[in-house]
Amino acid sequence: MSRLDGGLIDRSRTLSFTFDGRRYVGHPGDTLASALLANGVRLMGRSFKYHRPRGVLTAGSEEPSALVELRSGARREPNTKATVTELYDGLDAMSQNRWPSLKFDALGVNDFVSPLFAAGFYYKTFMWPKAFWEKLYEPAIRRAAGLGRLSMEPDPDSYDKGFLHCDLLVIGAGAAGLVAALTAARTGKRVILADEDFRLGGRLLSESHTLGDAPATDWLAGREAELSSLPNLRIMRRTTVFGAYDHGIYGAVERVGDHAPDASNGVRQTLWRITARRTIMATGATERHIPFANNDRPGIMLAGALRAYANRWAACPAGRVAIFTNNDDGHRTASDLAAKGVEIAGVIDTRADAQPLGDYPVFPGAVVTGSKGRLGLNSVEITQEGRTQTLTCGALGVSGGWNPNLQLASHHRGRPVWSEEKLAFLPGEGGPRGLVPAGAANGEGSTGGALSSGARAAQAVLADLGVDAAMPELPEAEDTPIKQSAFWYVPGTARAWVDFQNDVTVKDIALAHQENMRPVEHLKRWTTLGMATDQGKTSNVTALAIMAELTGRSIPETGTTIFRPPYTPVSLGVLGGGDTGAEFRPLRLTPTHEWAKARGAPFTEVGPWMRAQYFPRPGETHWRDSVDREVLATRAGVGICDVTTLGKVDVQGADALEFVNRLYCNGFKTLKVGMVRYGLMLREDGIAMDDGTCARLAEDHLVVTTTTSQAGPVYRHMEFARQCLWPDLDVQLISTTDAWAQLSVAGPHARRLLERVVDGVDISNDACPFMSCRELTVCGGLRARLFRISFSGELAYELAVPARYGGALMDRLVTLGEDLGATPYGTEALSVLRIEKGHAAGNELNGQTTAQMLGMGRMVSNKKDSIGAVLSRREGLCADRRTLVGLQAMDAGAKVTAGAHLLSDGAEERTEMDEGWISSACHSPHLGVGIGLGFLEDGARRMGEVITAANPLEGQSTRLRVVSPHFIDPDGGRVRD
Amino acid sequence: MRFSGLRVLAEALTGHKGWAPLWRNPDPKPAYDYVIIGGGGHGLATAYYLARTFRQARISVLEKGWLGSGNVGRNTTIIRSNYLLPGNQPFYEFSMKLWEGLEQELNFNAMVSQRGVLNLCHSDAQRDAFRRRGNAMRMSGADAELLDVSAVRKMAPFLNFDNARFPIKGGLLQRRGGTARHDGVAWGYARGADMAGVDLIQNCEVTGFFIEKGRVRGVETSRGYISAGKVGVAVAGNTSRVMGMAGLRMPIESHALQAFVTEGLKPVIPGVITFGAGHFYISQSDKGGLVFGGDIEGYASYAQRGNLPVMEDVVEGGMALMPMLGRARLLRAWGGVVDMSMDGSPIIDRTPIEGLYLNGGWCYGGFKATPASGYAFAHLLANDSPHPTARAFRLDRFERGYMIDEKGAGAAPHLH
Amino acid sequence: MLIPHPLLGPRDAQEFTYLGDAKLLDRPDGMAPGAAEAFFEYLYLRDNRAGVHEELWFHEQGDRAILLVTRDTTTHEILGAVLARDAVLSRTGDGT
Repeated sequence: MSRLDGGLIDRSRTLSFTFDGRRYVGHPGDTLASALLANGVRLMGRSFKYHRPRGVLTAGSEEPSALVELRSGARREPNTKATVTELYDGLDAMSQNRWPSLKFDALGVNDFVSPLFAAGFYYKTFMWPKAFWEKLYEPAIRRAAGLGRLSMEPDPDSYDKGFLHCDLLVIGAGAAGLVAALTAARTGKRVILADEDFRLGGRLLSESHTLGDAPATDWLAGREAELSSLPNLRIMRRTTVFGAYDHGIYGAVERVGDHAPDASNGVRQTLWRITARRTIMATGATERHIPFANNDRPGIMLAGALRAYANRWAACPAGRVAIFTNNDDGHRTASDLAAKGVEIAGVIDTRADAQPLGDYPVFPGAVVTGSKGRLGLNSVEITQEGRTQTLTCGALGVSGGWNPNLQLASHHRGRPVWSEEKLAFLPGEGGPRGLVPAGAANGEGSTGGALSSGARAAQAVLADLGVDAAMPELPEAEDTPIKQSAFWYVPGTARAWVDFQNDVTVKDIALAHQENMRPVEHLKRWTTLGMATDQGKTSNVTALAIMAELTGRSIPETGTTIFRPPYTPVSLGVLGGGDTGAEFRPLRLTPTHEWAKARGAPFTEVGPWMRAQYFPRPGETHWRDSVDREVLATRAGVGICDVTTLGKVDVQGADALEFVNRLYCNGFKTLKVGMVRYGLMLREDGIAMDDGTCARLAEDHLVVTTTTSQAGPVYRHMEFARQCLWPDLDVQLISTTDAWAQLSVAGPHARRLLERVVDGVDISNDACPFMSCRELTVCGGLRARLFRISFSGELAYELAVPARYGGALMDRLVTLGEDLGATPYGTEALSVLRIEKGHAAGNELNGQTTAQMLGMGRMVSNKKDSIGAVLSRREGLCADRRTLVGLQAMDAGAKVTAGAHLLSDGAEERTEMDEGWISSACHSPHLGVGIGLGFLEDGARRMGEVITAANPLEGQSTRLRVVSPHFIDPDGGRVRD
Repeated sequence: MRFSGLRVLAEALTGHKGWAPLWRNPDPKPAYDYVIIGGGGHGLATAYYLARTFRQARISVLEKGWLGSGNVGRNTTIIRSNYLLPGNQPFYEFSMKLWEGLEQELNFNAMVSQRGVLNLCHSDAQRDAFRRRGNAMRMSGADAELLDVSAVRKMAPFLNFDNARFPIKGGLLQRRGGTARHDGVAWGYARGADMAGVDLIQNCEVTGFFIEKGRVRGVETSRGYISAGKVGVAVAGNTSRVMGMAGLRMPIESHALQAFVTEGLKPVIPGVITFGAGHFYISQSDKGGLVFGGDIEGYASYAQRGNLPVMEDVVEGGMALMPMLGRARLLRAWGGVVDMSMDGSPIIDRTPIEGLYLNGGWCYGGFKATPASGYAFAHLLANDSPHPTARAFRLDRFERGYMIDEKGAGAAPHLH
Repeated sequence: MLIPHPLLGPRDAQEFTYLGDAKLLDRPDGMAPGAAEAFFEYLYLRDNRAGVHEELWFHEQGDRAILLVTRDTTTHEILGAVLARDAVLSRTGDGT
């Protein structure tokens, strides 16, 4: 079949494309489906289960059958609807779910044994022998199932995200939507008009109506011109509003580059979050088909689609067509096609009183009872008053009435209501607030009805916003009410398809009824009806009507179905946006990052941060060489480590001390200005939350530090306490983690090194004792804070300077300390140093441990009310006798492994025998053996005992000696020197 | 009626005339020994084991909608027993063992498929935590393997190994984990319970309890009063509402959880994969759809739906982990209401009201527990003593300080 | 969702961190008799209403105010939002 006359295609240009490797041509304005039809291609796909040959059913986004793999290589896009794929030069599509070819599909054999594959059959078999499910049955099912193929390669395209705001969002640019947008935009309100099509006009593009005295396209051109001139209106073509979310937020996808020949050029799709004060849902309606025997052959399609292909795309699948209808609209298709020179074999109308709308044969009171043509329709069998005859035709248009596209109205679980007058579900109560349906989406199917419905809807929502909108002049348009009958399917013994893609037939629905799977949701789940990629748009209501007939109840009594987002399937690429790969999460770099990078340090992720792990030196071949050297150098001389990532919270105000006293479980009332105290914070449930230090810089000024990973949660916790629990306290908080670079300077030479940078301040042990702090300047005037605290067990300080000086300070310290052996160290050595000293860190403070377990039970003051104190005294918490211990390998070769479980020596590796676990482990260069920290049942009383560390996961079992967690300087002399 | 391949063949040849209803639609009787409120997975499993295993009779299940309409019908179908804490792990391992024999037990193919659950780790600390968990699993008798990055690459070469914000450092694999067809589980138990004489009563909403002298005597329903010897509540998502009718306040908040499925695709991934640095986990159904999910919405909700930010966050995680997903399409998103308990673990216990028993607080993990939950709840109802693997799931554990907090998130339901 | 911030106008909920039931404002006195029971109820028991619910949202990516938001958990409709701090101070001011 060649092209018909007319249509909205640009015949002056030709586009070349391929389908299954064969070359065809089409025109701008075509879709893949219209171009294929115009080239005489009816066979476009295979069904899911029976692999039946399928053509195109619809002309829109509800298409269940004509699915292809679009593009190739990494851009291959499976399950793409040919009906909404805008043709571009060089388009390359393949059919899918068939092997070896679309015409000869080996799994077509399924169709011949289809009685085996009745609804729910797989729940009843494949159970013996048991092991065969994973090995045999399931792999076979999985290979056969699925539709198209993913490329298995990373998606090379770019995606974007954006936010839009408007007073009115109009969804759908058909008759109702256009008028609504115009009515609203003329008032100056901000309006967005979005339509999934690449051309405005909706159904008007597919009709032969006139508006006023002119063709609909003329009227459309006029409206489009005005709309484009209004600065307060944004037209979004190729934009699908896919979901209605809370508070007037809508999700929409704009297909920016999908129609471009060069897909690599720019953004492919954009995800818009549109916040709208009001919304008009002018989304049109979807035609229903009428199941009859073998109603799924290529060439059988919805009558409205047949008409759309002829009127808009000047394409028709055959030169001789028939129409099967239960309503007047089917006759419009016949008359429009006849006007285009297509031969009408006849209109088979279920209604006895059917009247023709033109010069074509009508079969009143007749139904289609069969069809022929394996890869494309040849003829249909019709039955009229008990007599059967065959009608030769290459295409059949089926019209069973129209279902309003009310999906968005039920995204908030609003239930559609049945209209016996319109024989359709209409948008009901409980829809998204501020959303108003208009036009065919609200059952106003005639052109005239849609136009005035759009205008009225706009006036109503604007009035709601306090604006008086003038009624626009509406052109005269057809306004005949469609007469239809409640005819849902043609009974018979052969298979009649209801859900084309998933191969659900009338028989399957009858079987579901027979097996008592009658509630709509059981029906859907038992038969897979409506679970296909058209999301039930072409099948759900029909199936419901059939179930109603079987149960002898009305449709509303039988049930209704609601819809969930998305309205049409949305690519994961656009939902994931651009924040993928290395940009998945923000990256935070420490002030010494560049300095460390220049020294060849590898980095590791610590929460949001990248931190230097160690600083390799020439000749070091294993990371342990570097780490051991850094540890030993620190313990022997002085080491420097960037500890900026530790959280810092500035606490100021007259009640600052009182505030932290209520936060920490230990007492802070006696903390003097110039001193620092170690503090343990509990959650209100009594579990340890975080530890850190609190320095009192002035009467009314404290600095609280947190661990790196808890910096956010602790700050949040403090704000909660400040604003919600004790708003009467005079205290203010701010996180200064990013404001200060903080370097730890640790080791016996730490003081000597620091004396070289501080500006004329005495930092001797007397002037600046352990756990003191002060504000000073360094390096000739740079303001700084010095805290004499130690995480390593050595004489140590933390020196803070404004963040931008962090790298320079690091460099200065390492340079000035060369003769002292000043050594930068990374997170690995930091971890070894703290394990050797027995300091708890993230692995110990994992949200499941108590102060008692950490060996700090006596810190929890019972003289004051602090967060977590009360509930920390619960029986269950006190009964947990596991406490922090040190664990030491018995010989130099043995490895201590974090994550191993602790058992009494020789005990069986069973849950019941479990006595604890190793939380942190390392090789101690100081001791020359593996060591660890762990929680052990009654640990404090088991010093010296040999226990077993079981690691059955890796086939290991190691004997370890229980020791004090303070492997280094247990009396704490060094830190005080 | 017994299901088998032979029977399917015979029915295929004779036009499927012989298939009987999967269950009856009985009217409620005035009195039962046991009334189970909630015809979801847990309620149906409870009724099944109560009748079959514990040999009790006069049992009914009251369902306000259709059988399986709660969270058993709207989840991501994962089964696994990869827990850390001794209060949890033996219970989930017991559940796994029941899954392994479920289809033969029920004579219903629920498509229990042990294709493996792989949890990816992205830092040394995470690997240490996985090792601790994997060892706890092994010590409970479950299977577990710690994979290094090359083993992960071999299993799942399509993951993002080269351009990742959080590089994959390994994974914890449970080969016996996998998925099951969620609706099939509900239907299998429903059919089994019905065959054992349990009355499954749909469209029957409980509107109140009749409590006398601290003992429950029966329930008011939309279909009349039903007197009951014992009442078991298994209404996850609505636990607070139902227990509120009995005057009890719960350590539970209701939150919404979204899940997602793509269009059908030819086989892409074999088992279940979870992303340890984002909120994302994924599997592929036998039908071909990629089924995935992430975190709960994070605010209290009974609305059975979610919002865009979580959807975007979940898909971002998916794209970061599996960049090939970009050209797959999201077909459907749905939301369920889950019982978020105060420590992230469930409750199977008696209540302060005599004869009233509670099964709830499953957070977002109730599906995998379905068999053991039903079994343990039936055990409790029949014997008035907890099942050995469910002893820790006490209602009073919060008051007494015996929380079972896998995540270490504390009394913040939205963080579990 | 959009949260009507009393100082900043409507803000996207993504800027906020949910902190939980507004009941958390009513922290008992840890030194009072019966504190154990009071804290158990405070921290663990919830009305968990299907309907109007008072809850706390922390404007973490914004002005760091914690809001007391009234929201319907069945529809997600927000009925009002005030600064949590003001709410607490006004209550204590009333002596309730």
